[in-house]
This record gives sequence, structure tokens and C-alpha cells, in this order.
Amino acid sequence: MSERLGCTPSQTVGPYLHIVLPWSDGPFVVPDGTSGSFWVTGRVFDGNGDPVTDGLVETWQADPDGRFDHPDDPRGATKPAIPGFRGFGRCATGTDGEFAILTVKPGPLPADDGRTEAPHLDVSVFARGLLNRVVTRMYFPDDVAANDADPVLASIDDPQLRSTLIAIPNDEGGLRFDIHLQGAHETAFFEL
Amino acid sequence: MTNLVLPNYPKLVGVHPDLDSPDYRGTTLRHPLRAPIDLPQRLTEVTGPLLGEGRLGAFDNDLTKQHDGEAQGQRIIVHGRVLDDGGKPLPATLIEIWQANAGGRYRHVVDNWPSPLDPNFTGLGRTLTDDAGRYQFTTVKPGAYPWRNNDNAWRPAHIHFSLFGRSFTQRLITQMYFPDDPLFFQDPIFNSVRDEKARQRLISRYDHSATIDHWALGFEFDIVLRGASSTPFESAEEDDDE
Repeated sequence: MSERLGCTPSQTVGPYLHIVLPWSDGPFVVPDGTSGSFWVTGRVFDGNGDPVTDGLVETWQADPDGRFDHPDDPRGATKPAIPGFRGFGRCATGTDGEFAILTVKPGPLPADDGRTEAPHLDVSVFARGLLNRVVTRMYFPDDVAANDADPVLASIDDPQLRSTLIAIPNDEGGLRFDIHLQGAHETAFFEL
Repeated sequence: MTNLVLPNYPKLVGVHPDLDSPDYRGTTLRHPLRAPIDLPQRLTEVTGPLLGEGRLGAFDNDLTKQHDGEAQGQRIIVHGRVLDDGGKPLPATLIEIWQANAGGRYRHVVDNWPSPLDPNFTGLGRTLTDDAGRYQFTTVKPGAYPWRNNDNAWRPAHIHFSLFGRSFTQRLITQMYFPDDPLFFQDPIFNSVRDEKARQRLISRYDHSATIDHWALGFEFDIVLRGASSTPFESAEEDDDE
């Protein structure tokens, strides 16, 4: 195997990300008004429990059939049944550390070891003070059995830590997913 | 379901900064205390958003021409390639950049140090790489600016780069610096990359061949994203031949 090139290191997104990164359609994984769509809202907190007001949350997910319109999906790239489904969401955090993503529930996914991954969103958080993104996952509260069988959730022994990955239903028919970068309520973060 | 053969992106060792980098005070309350959990790369991780032309405006790759008048400052051309670490170019991938103006001032509500805004400069750029993974921006050289990390702290001149690559795993946000900046020694963000060779990869190269006479100075900045060790088209048996 030939020698590999050295990779470019990460640097912090800094406090001025708003110049370019928020898009007017950023929060819309699916177009507004899509049947079955709901808002995932949450807040990002630091180790003092103070809101992170200069962060950026991004999400990536399969479509409701558990497919990706992407050439590296070995099952074949598949156009989503939902018009305008992008799979990707992006929202800068506001003055209370809040973010919001409009999406639909992804389908479960086959895993390479013959198991099944429960529906989930991959989530990245960028912020001033984060020299690299942190990565977590959001799972769905009504998938109790599927979550129990999920290979990633099953790899986490501590039930309190595991619960940081599962969203909570809110009064508006959507889901709440708070992210704690540090401290007693620290979210489970992953190394890819 | 047949056995899924997915790309595998080997973990990077000693490239990215530690999230706990105390010299950069902003990390203190924002770095997780618990070690990250290993996440095997499965379908969600080896795919990612492939965002195209619809995201680009007319002058998004020329930051000097986004207003009625020309931006103030030293006009520069920043160009390079986006590659994976196997040397394979990444075509049609979205690059977003942002930067301070020539006086080191960002057009942003939280930046109000006493350096003037330039009415003809926003500091926003977007482009897609071409078939060979190449990109190019025309802009002005950003100025250094002070920040409150410690007494008399100044950020070396830099341009922020955001890249998607082709998978969630490849997503990268970084900063490009300029050669021989005298402020490197005191900057905890630049120096958060502990490995000397990796740190040098954040610095662009002056490129006389890209410099245009009586117009602009050229700088070359290649960005290398972590690559897959095998493609999904190779079977498990063929992996032995690599």
C-alpha cells in the first residue's frame, strides 16, 4: 500500500460562523409542510450549565425507508420518496443555546454484522471553544425494543449515559434533544 | 440481506487538536470530560450530504466583487485541491469560507474592536470543487485581530474553511494560515495541533505561478480529508491484495 498523505487538522469554527454557515433552508431536512414531519428542538449547554449561544448543530440521517441517495450505500443510491428530502440539517444555536431541525423519522438500517440499527440521526456540534466537532446520535423514544437491540446503544453499559442519546417527546408533537458538552449531564459523544 | 461491504475510514492518530487545550480558554467549559465512545462506521457514517450548484451565488467565489465597490486590501487568489489521504481528488464537494477584512475586522455583531468595517467586503465565500478536486477563491488577505484569550493576544491572519467531503465521517472545519506569520508563536488555536508536521499543513504556500502580474498574489492550500482504506466495490477477498 502506498504512503498516505497527512490529513488537514481541524480548527475551531470560532464565534463568527454566522457569516456563512447558517442557510435560510438549513433547518429543513424536509420541506415545510411535509406529511409526518416534526421539529427536533434542543439546547446546547456548557460545563456550567450555561447555554452555548455561538454553536452550530448539524444532522444527517436516512430517509423513512432506511435508504440513502448516496453512491457508497452498497444497496444502491435510492431517490427518497419524499420530494425535497435532503437528509441533512443545520442550525446555529440562538441566545438560549437553542436549535431546531424539521425532519421525518428515518427507517431502521441493516448493519454489516447482520444486526439492525434503530432509527437515528447522526449529530455534529461545532462551537467556539471546540477545536474539533463532537459527534453524537439521537434516537427515538418510542422505539424501546429497537433501541434495546441497537448495537451502538447496546455498547453503552451506563443507563444514564445511554439515556442522553434518546430524545424526549415535547408538548408540540416534536422531540427535545438537549446536548450537554460537559459535566454531570454530559452527552455520550462518539469517536468515528 | 447480503453482507454489506462499506468503506472503512481508518481513525486518525495525532492529527486533530485535543478538545481539552487549556491555553485556549474557550475550551475549558466546552470539552467533554468523558473519553469518546467508539462508533463503528456504518451506513449513516459512510454516507453524507452531496450538496450541489443550487447553494452557490454568482460572486460566491470572488469575495472582492460582492458589492458595488471593490474590497479594500491586498487582493489574493487562494486555490488548491481537496483530496483524501489516498491522494484521490474529491470532486463536486461544497467548500464554504469566511474571514475578517483586510483590517482584521469581521462583519459580525460580536466583533467591535476599533478597526473599520469595509462596506465592500462581507467575507463570505462558497464554491464547489471541479472534477479534479480543484477550487479557487479571489479575496483579500485578512488582517490579524486581537482577542481576549490572554493579554495582548492576536490571532494570526486566517481564513475559515468548512468542507463536507463525501461522507459524514469526512466532515471538516479548519482554518488556513499564511506563510511566515510572526504571530504563530503566541496563538493557542494554531498551536493546539501538537504535531509539528500536521500543524504545518494548516499553512498555505505562496504560489508565484498563481500570482497575476499587477493584480493578485497567489496562495496554494490543499486540504486532505481522511480517506477510505477500501471502496465498497472491492470484495473482502480482494482486500488481501492491497
